[in-house]
Amino acid sequence: MENVKKDNNENVILRMNNISKTFGGTKALQNARLSVMAGEVHALMGENGAGKSTMMKILTGTVKADSGEIELNGKKAAISSAADAIKQGISIVNQELSPQPYMTVAENIFLFREHVFAHTGLLNKKVTNSAAQKILDDFGIDIDARTEMCKLSVAQMQMVEIIRAVVFDAKIIILDEPTSSLTNREVDILFTIIKDLKARGIAIIYISHRMEEIFEICDRVTVYRDGCYVDSKDIAKMNNDDLIYLMAGDIVEFAKAEVEIGAEVLSVKGLCGKGFYDISFDVHAGEIVGFYGLVGSGRSETMRAIFGLDSYDRGEIFLNGSQTSIKNARDAINQGIAMIPEDRKLYGLMLHRSIRENSSLASLYKAQKGMLLDEKRETKEVTERLNKLNLKAESIEATALSLSGGNQQKVVLAKWIMTQPKVLIMDEPTRGIDVAAKAQIHNMMCDFAKQGMAIILISSELPEVMNLSDRMFVYYEGKISGEYSREELVKVELAKKAVLTNAFGK
Amino acid sequence: MNKSKLITSKRILQLNLQRYAIGFILIAMIIGMSLVSPVFRTSGNAINILLQVSSNGILAIGMLFVMVTGGIDLSIGSSIALTSVVLGKMLTDVAPGNLWIGIMAAVAVTVLFGSLNGFMISKFNMFPFVVTLATQLVIRGAAYIVGQGASVTLVSPKLRAIGTGKAFGTVPYPVIIFLVIAFIAYILLHKTRFGRYVYAIGGNRLSAISSGINVFRVQMAAYIIMGICAGIAGIITTSRISAAQPNIGIGYETDAIAACVIGGTSFSGGIGNVSGTMIGILMIGVIYNSMNLLQISSYWQTVTKGVLILVAVLLDLLMNKK
Repeated sequence: MENVKKDNNENVILRMNNISKTFGGTKALQNARLSVMAGEVHALMGENGAGKSTMMKILTGTVKADSGEIELNGKKAAISSAADAIKQGISIVNQELSPQPYMTVAENIFLFREHVFAHTGLLNKKVTNSAAQKILDDFGIDIDARTEMCKLSVAQMQMVEIIRAVVFDAKIIILDEPTSSLTNREVDILFTIIKDLKARGIAIIYISHRMEEIFEICDRVTVYRDGCYVDSKDIAKMNNDDLIYLMAGDIVEFAKAEVEIGAEVLSVKGLCGKGFYDISFDVHAGEIVGFYGLVGSGRSETMRAIFGLDSYDRGEIFLNGSQTSIKNARDAINQGIAMIPEDRKLYGLMLHRSIRENSSLASLYKAQKGMLLDEKRETKEVTERLNKLNLKAESIEATALSLSGGNQQKVVLAKWIMTQPKVLIMDEPTRGIDVAAKAQIHNMMCDFAKQGMAIILISSELPEVMNLSDRMFVYYEGKISGEYSREELVKVELAKKAVLTNAFGK
Repeated sequence: MNKSKLITSKRILQLNLQRYAIGFILIAMIIGMSLVSPVFRTSGNAINILLQVSSNGILAIGMLFVMVTGGIDLSIGSSIALTSVVLGKMLTDVAPGNLWIGIMAAVAVTVLFGSLNGFMISKFNMFPFVVTLATQLVIRGAAYIVGQGASVTLVSPKLRAIGTGKAFGTVPYPVIIFLVIAFIAYILLHKTRFGRYVYAIGGNRLSAISSGINVFRVQMAAYIIMGICAGIAGIITTSRISAAQPNIGIGYETDAIAACVIGGTSFSGGIGNVSGTMIGILMIGVIYNSMNLLQISSYWQTVTKGVLILVAVLLDLLMNKK
């Protein structure tokens, strides 16, 4: 009741209703909504791929929604480009800042709003500098406006970007993971600035994974899951667990087929590299081992190193009991490791090439006849494999681009199954895939396990990992912070709480 | 579900249209010219067109490999000149009278520079445009140094036969060499694992790496193939002018790139094929020939070619980006 009352309040500065967006075949948003009030700090939360960033891209005009409407100050608004969004008072400070590094702070702040001499139209450096310095001083930011941007620290650059938004008369400022590279003291300064902005009636949309920050600085939160709106709530009426539960959702139990667990296939001892420290685990034939944790917690980084995409500094990798070294993906594939990467468009597919070429790419040597390719055999094997995976496509000569997200993922899956791997690493295998295709992929994973493959499953979706894993590891800040057996995982509520506490820290 | 299927078939139609459109345009041009000009429709003129495009066609075939990997090679015009002077040097000073050794040496030099381009681009991930822009100068300079800036007339009849001789008294050797190279390229690109990897690198480099492809080796190979083609084209050109000249081949890379692009090769890599490139090079040949026959100044030929490239690139963008 109270929420409704608030939403009807004149204070609502932004309302996004029924926003839907599909990328290729991936449903990024389905009827999602958001309403933000002037002078509030509004947190957006959800697992990766939940739809937060797409929502923000639509708001800032970099992505066009398929359907839905945006209201600013109660009036329907059309936001056609990034410049348009800024003009209408919406600014974003991205996680990756992109200032003009060789211009001064003042020049950056007034970029596209330069102070010029009235008669000649030439740049007026003096006024630019003094105006910039004044607003920096207003906010109590200790930066000389004449400094070159590239000489500043990340935190300082971020402050300049925020000031820039203020200069552009922003009514809504989006801060995307603003504290990800700040020290504690810098976070304090940032929060002071945020409070100052609030006092000026500016709405802040705050995206962060750090729970304690949400509770410290935010007034309300909107949670998304799988591209759908879940709920909006007052932070003051919630605790840590409430919020985590909203994000993870209910865990519907999934009848996982019982599979005989065989001998150890892959074992990792003390692996250290960029973003992960002292990682040890093993995987057996027929076993699905899950890895849960926040993005950037080191799960994917570890697996990329094992698959040879990145290097590692220290540690040992054993395959079938004997130590091995893997320098690149070729080594890994030759030794029977396959990896379905997190970003299928970036690492998985050649979008403009045919389904056939995509599927056979990693196992082409098998379709070799003398010097030439045996296209008949290639076609036959690809068709058989894709039929088993239930691929929906007009023909295997269609481009990968023409497929839906779930079917694209099946092509990637086919590509790696065709190499007949002993270890199959799957990084977020069902991200952005519709429910039906998701269930199919889950069943296939169980089938692969039954055939004796050792499967590593990385997922940000807690229900998925908990349901599928025979064992599960939790990552937190580059280290393994917890390990759970199947017996523990089936006690769903208990396990969920323990896992989330380990994954989010605290 | 139904909606997405419709989009799919529309897209496939679009791609096919693009693939064949350029062929239809070429056929229309040929029919149109045949109606207008009696000279155009003679078999002699057809062979003439083929002969004129043969060395550029060989370059275009090499360029296709490089462009499908997502690269470009601007140094080939200079390579033509270097081939010419190296061949001249071999025939006049080093191994007079021994044509084959001369040819081997000349091709070896272009292979060397092809490897250099490939190495810089593949090993250090440098921009192909910048690398080959620089080697273009290095190679051109080397050509002037080796040839000491002067043109040397070559009198070897055997050499002259390569560019001007005819098989069965009708088909010039350069045309045969061009067609053979095109055929080999077709097999390599479309029928072997190597060819598939060339497409994979241009189609999605990261995907190629994570599929276990030795990107370094394949990319090197593409630039070396380009080098071999430049060498062969250089020998044909030298033979036809019967002279070793350090100032030939200027702008040849433009024609090669134009042929590829007109034939549907994408600048961003991963898309392109031999038949399209052949159509592209023939189209350029037909345009030159027609304009000559219609007595339009050669200055306009250059303008036309430029416009054609713009149109082709625009088509590529419209068709492939969305």
